[in-house]
Amino acid sequence: MSALKIKKGANKHSAYNLRPTFSDVVERHTLAVIVDNEPGVLARVIGLFAGRGYNIDSLTVAEIDQLGHQSRITIVTTGTPQVIEQIKAQLGRIVVVHEVHDLTVEGRSVERELALLKVEGEGDKRVEALRLADIFRANVVDSTLDSFVFEITGTPEKVDAFADLMRPLGLVDMARTGVAALPRGV
Amino acid sequence: MVVQALKDQGVDVVFGYPGGAVLPIYDEVFQQNDIQHILVRHEQGAVHAAEGYARSTGKPGVVLVTSGPGATNAVTGLTDALLDSIPIVVLTGQVPTFMIGTDAFQEADTVGITRPCTKHNWLVSDTSALADTIHQAFHVATSGRPGPVLVDIPKDVQFATSGYTPPNKARVSHYQPQVKGDMEAITELVEAIEQAKRPVFYTGGGVINSGTAASQLLRELVDASGIPVTSTLMGLGAYPANGKNWIGMLGMHGLYEANMAMHDCDLMINIGARFDDRITGRLDAFSPGSIKAHIDIDPSSINKVIKADIPIVGDIAHVLEDVLKVWKARGRKVNGEAIQKWWATIDDWKKVDCLAYTQDTKVIKPQHALSRLEALTKDHDRYITTEVGQHQMWAAQYLHFNDPNRWMTSGGLGTMGYGFPSSIGVQMAHRDALVINVAGEASWLMNMQEMGTAVQFRLPVKQFIMNNERLGMVRQWQELLHGERYSHSWSEALPDFVKLAEAFGAKGIQCKDPADLDDAILEMINHDGPVIFDCLVEKHENCFPMIPSGEPHNKMLLGQASTKDAIGAKGAVMV
Repeated sequence: MSALKIKKGANKHSAYNLRPTFSDVVERHTLAVIVDNEPGVLARVIGLFAGRGYNIDSLTVAEIDQLGHQSRITIVTTGTPQVIEQIKAQLGRIVVVHEVHDLTVEGRSVERELALLKVEGEGDKRVEALRLADIFRANVVDSTLDSFVFEITGTPEKVDAFADLMRPLGLVDMARTGVAALPRGV
Repeated sequence: MVVQALKDQGVDVVFGYPGGAVLPIYDEVFQQNDIQHILVRHEQGAVHAAEGYARSTGKPGVVLVTSGPGATNAVTGLTDALLDSIPIVVLTGQVPTFMIGTDAFQEADTVGITRPCTKHNWLVSDTSALADTIHQAFHVATSGRPGPVLVDIPKDVQFATSGYTPPNKARVSHYQPQVKGDMEAITELVEAIEQAKRPVFYTGGGVINSGTAASQLLRELVDASGIPVTSTLMGLGAYPANGKNWIGMLGMHGLYEANMAMHDCDLMINIGARFDDRITGRLDAFSPGSIKAHIDIDPSSINKVIKADIPIVGDIAHVLEDVLKVWKARGRKVNGEAIQKWWATIDDWKKVDCLAYTQDTKVIKPQHALSRLEALTKDHDRYITTEVGQHQMWAAQYLHFNDPNRWMTSGGLGTMGYGFPSSIGVQMAHRDALVINVAGEASWLMNMQEMGTAVQFRLPVKQFIMNNERLGMVRQWQELLHGERYSHSWSEALPDFVKLAEAFGAKGIQCKDPADLDDAILEMINHDGPVIFDCLVEKHENCFPMIPSGEPHNKMLLGQASTKDAIGAKGAVMV
């Protein structure tokens, strides 16, 4: 602590919002990034993560405003608080990025992911898979005599849990969309 | 249309090299006289020349090159400009839109290749968007933290005609970085200035980039508060070297007093610098007892490596104006008694005289060469560029800059070959000034082809080559770090620089005797035309002071005696 009578750490009024200390704890954050829907914009975002060594746990992107040509990229990333702040600042620097929101710190948000799971099996295993799908409110979207394709929507944790249960029952293939997220309330 | 857009942006010089995919624009260039085109000899030279132009004027530099190899040759210059935050607009030709993706002749994915080394880039696929895009490019290059931008223009887009969008109709509203600093943080900084016992200003290239007003405001604040000021390599000249509060450059090869002040201060006011690793040394031992204020226009610079206690996002000139306003309104208070004691400590450090050297009668010491160059040129309207290496650090130590925009050097990227083309760009912007490129022979050879440009356009740039027949900085590191095994760090088969100059139609001067040095330098200055000055210097001189990698600021090496085992295993992995 310095001799000066000023507390360390930026205060809440500072130009840049910060946690009090640099922590080593790795956190998982969901970021929503509003960008111009133009060629190369996704490459800019992904290139930033690759070039600076940041993690991408999942990433989804689609146009959300056709008239305004804007897309929303939802990125789930992990890092120490310092790294997360740096990711947000770096994203904000990209010229075609309009807004960067950290849904993890900006109040409560709802996160959903859709997954398709192909499960092969016969007899008891097939019945059990169907029963569990019912419990998880997964829909059957394709069926043959020895396979199902389930569609499940939920948090990534719910999808993980369902996939873990399906694995011993004959899970052979899976496709996940990655997380889409919105803040709760208004 | 491209030329019209450039004219409307106030462009008077373009550095470039023609090729198949950019011929329609060159045809436009041919049919007008408002914009002068400087034909370089290699596209890298064009970008560095534009950087020199930009850094010495504050205006964006413009480059025009062709597709494929033209664009890829520009990549080093773009990266250099990105790391040093220099506003550059590069226009590249591209194969016609209907051939993109077919591996056509001289096709390269230019926007893909340059995406990570530009601030932003565009591929123009429709002529109706061309003028608008060029105006946007100028806006992005010069707004906020400046940087290089690139506009890739397919040949069919160059040929087609369409309505012209004037600059005031261009869509630029979406990119408007914050320039005003947060007033509460500024007040907090002023409170810290009022109380601090051992404050120091640590200024950087951001002050220069912000414009001459920022340098003026910095001078006013420093002189009125009596606080010592140091600067990074990039920020030299923002506060004058002959100013009373100047304590010299800081960093790896910075002055002893500047680095010690950084280490021992209780309030560090970072103005437009970015805590680069050349500055901080070992992070966990960097200025351990200080409150750190950081003013920067780029939010991503703040807290990137060093945590800021008082972060202020904004343009330097705007923020300094507010700091001065608040500080004056509160009664211009500083902790005068404590600062006087602080100056006494700094004056003791100055007595170490870290730049001392001994010049004998036989061989020219590089430090002596630069001291004489300084003495003989300081009263001229002088601009200095450098290459990269020992000579660059010596130039920063022994030459003095009293004004901004007078010192052009590759700081962030450390691009050997930067200085010569950069000097051409500077001379284009200041036709009557004395422009000197302080070089090492190895760096200089990397872009020596630009002699043709200098001679063709009658640019009297002085190439002051300190020739030690070594890659001096590499050799120094090999001596300190790799058991004096000098792997490939000497220059063999060097050209005769005097004959080389003459072969290009320029003047060559060689000097090896300390007694002849002054006369030779005067001959160089007084010659009306480009000069290659081959100054044969001591071959094994090391550059000191030096903070060895992996060490904090107060563990500086001051001279030859202190270098043994100076760098530990941990420091050895750093660059």
